[in-house]
Amino acid sequence: MLSRVADSLYWMSRYLERAENTVRQLDVTMGLMLDTGGADEETRWQRLVASLGKPAGLDWNGDLEAMAHKLVFDNLNHAAVTFCVNGARENARQVREEISSEQWQRLNRLYHQIHSPLAENQFNSSINDALASIIDGIHLFKGVSNSTMIHGQGWQFIRMGRFLERAYATATLLEVYQPDLLHAQTREHVGYQYLELVGLLRCCTSFEAYCQVYTADVTPDRILEFLLLNRDFPHSIRYCVDSIREAIDSIQRTGGRRPPGELISGIGRLHAMLDFTTIGEILHGDTSAFLHNIREQCLRIHEQIYRYYVNYSIQSALAS
Amino acid sequence: MSAASPLQLDTLFGEYPLDQAFDEMREPNGDVRAHYRALAETLASLPPEELQRRKQSADLSFLTQGITFTVYGRDEGTERIFPYDLLPRLITAKEWERIERGLTQRITALNLFLRDVYSDAKILNDKVIPRELVYSCKHYRRQMRGLQVPRNVYIAVVGSDLLRLKTGEFVVLEDNLRVPSGVSYMLTNRRVMKRTFPQLFSSYGVRPIEHYPQMLLATLRSLAPEGRPEPNIVLLTPGVFNSAYFEHTYLARQMGIDLVEGRDLVTHDNIVYMRTTDGLKRVDVIYRRVDDDFSDPLVFRADSSLGCAGLFNAYRAGNVTVTNAFGTGLADDKAVYAYVPKMIRYYLDEEPILPNVETYILSEEKERQHVLANLDKLVVKAVGESGGYGMLIGPHSTAAQREEFSRAIEANPRNYIAQPTLDFSRAPCLIGNSLEPRHVDLRPYILFGDKVNIVPGGLTRVALEKGSLVVNSSQGGGSKDTWVLE
Repeated sequence: MLSRVADSLYWMSRYLERAENTVRQLDVTMGLMLDTGGADEETRWQRLVASLGKPAGLDWNGDLEAMAHKLVFDNLNHAAVTFCVNGARENARQVREEISSEQWQRLNRLYHQIHSPLAENQFNSSINDALASIIDGIHLFKGVSNSTMIHGQGWQFIRMGRFLERAYATATLLEVYQPDLLHAQTREHVGYQYLELVGLLRCCTSFEAYCQVYTADVTPDRILEFLLLNRDFPHSIRYCVDSIREAIDSIQRTGGRRPPGELISGIGRLHAMLDFTTIGEILHGDTSAFLHNIREQCLRIHEQIYRYYVNYSIQSALAS
Repeated sequence: MSAASPLQLDTLFGEYPLDQAFDEMREPNGDVRAHYRALAETLASLPPEELQRRKQSADLSFLTQGITFTVYGRDEGTERIFPYDLLPRLITAKEWERIERGLTQRITALNLFLRDVYSDAKILNDKVIPRELVYSCKHYRRQMRGLQVPRNVYIAVVGSDLLRLKTGEFVVLEDNLRVPSGVSYMLTNRRVMKRTFPQLFSSYGVRPIEHYPQMLLATLRSLAPEGRPEPNIVLLTPGVFNSAYFEHTYLARQMGIDLVEGRDLVTHDNIVYMRTTDGLKRVDVIYRRVDDDFSDPLVFRADSSLGCAGLFNAYRAGNVTVTNAFGTGLADDKAVYAYVPKMIRYYLDEEPILPNVETYILSEEKERQHVLANLDKLVVKAVGESGGYGMLIGPHSTAAQREEFSRAIEANPRNYIAQPTLDFSRAPCLIGNSLEPRHVDLRPYILFGDKVNIVPGGLTRVALEKGSLVVNSSQGGGSKDTWVLE
């Protein structure tokens, strides 16, 4: 597959994942703000901004609806939903021959939906509905991608983009939440604290899945275990890393060039770290550093992917 | 089909002047032509809201499929739906047979002309075409002299524009031998029309066109360099900002080949490679949708970043086929066009089946004087332009515009030709809830590999603005599906 095409598919997928993450976190944060007893609006907003990677231009101004509007409808802010959807569509537009017509139509429809005046009206009358319909659009795209695109190299680059973005975002989210939540004095989590914990799970659409594994007994250490180390849940970091590894394996199988040592060992290291560490060890050690380390490794894997598949030098390619 | 009375049919028509121009649907006395009758009856039987509903559903289909083109010179909303009209344009089997024969003859002669000019130049030595006309053409590429092109095919992909005159006769207005576009609209129009008027379509017995991408692929494959049995074929696009980008992606997808940009290609030892996730991969055939000028900065324009450095030398060395060949724009120069009938007689010893439009060569003193005296009646065109740019339509022009053109002509007569203002045919279009006539042309798409292949039909372009004679999409034109009947 052309390197440029792989690049576009990868970013198309990353941008959509980012949009979905932003919408979900915004939705959860606004839900939490309805219960005024816990943290105040400003603290919550700042936490939201921090877990989105601290994008500029989103300083709290006291008007929640205006802030939310800014986070959704801004063509210039890199964290904003429209910016991400634009980016995803622009990338898709450049590889239209590679994706299925159904994929393109879904994404194009989402783009037109979010840019139509109706979207603003819907947003003004019911923010929740507006956010839900964006998520719907993204889910439809993913479903259609699953079922209409050939699961070859391009598909693997889409997976890689999605899971790398998700692993990075989840690690960021946990890093932001962990000082407040995990080091709380009491082990009893009732009322507002319970809501906060459920909110964290909902940010990763994982409340119901969590309950299936641990029952509704929500505790910070279990949440951390679930979101970091669960083998089967698609939003846990371990699952994401396993998926990236599978994707790279699959690309290697269909390709034929010698696998790049650094990339294989980089992803292997992260995989092993999550495979062989228990939650007890993580909590006893420096949890924050552990989470930060995951992010660093994600960045390095991204660089390796680029160095090997996209931005390689002509000389090295001719020599091999 | 319900038998609608003539009275009901009359209510279909809005402001519908019938004058000198040929009307595709109606006889001069207002009767509906035989092959259009089923269409008219279907339309008359539909309630107006139903027609509008179908139009909206077709609109939506174009938008969500992203069938758009880019308008240059605007920042916002640069993507537009390609405007189209809901009613098909019908061509009878007999009319088509003549068009097909005429185009085959014409393209064969044009290809022989290119081969001749870039090798022995017999036609120039025999003084059939003035030497200076050819060598002064801005699309003449001296780099092509003496170069053996694969299978002697210079123009594998052609789109010629036809008009229909008062007499009902088709004439050729121009040939597009460089990078003709629009075929994707032909294909998508058909798909939308089949869904919009399924019963009507099946009752008419329309000849299919859907196999065009497959034919194009076979044509490209037939031109692969020797010794490459499984050629790697790619489509080279200038990129997402090109007005025809949609078409490039569409064709690449329909053919299952890679869509590459210049930045994806590298050359090494006169071999072209593309950068893939699996390293460099050799390229054998390039279906080029980038103009000559921008294709290779080492040979053509040095400031171009759209092409691939070293491409031309790889082509010269025979390691890669690029089609259409470089320098084919010579034969669609609007002044060279005037000599196509002579080419047909010279190379094939046949009379042209499809005539030319009468054309004045302005470097000829006598013709120039005549044109300058009659600018208000003629159409003046710059010879190297396309897309409706650089054109003066005499009857619709102002004195200042005519003044400007006559100065430009005096300064550089070789750069212009003039033709009579043609009253070309009109076809009914759906305007509001009724039918009104608009001027149409016809661009069939011709493929030339092992032999000449033409899919029955083509793109009918419509000047959607009332009274307008310009059908180019960049100038407010639209399109219609074209049904060639069995």
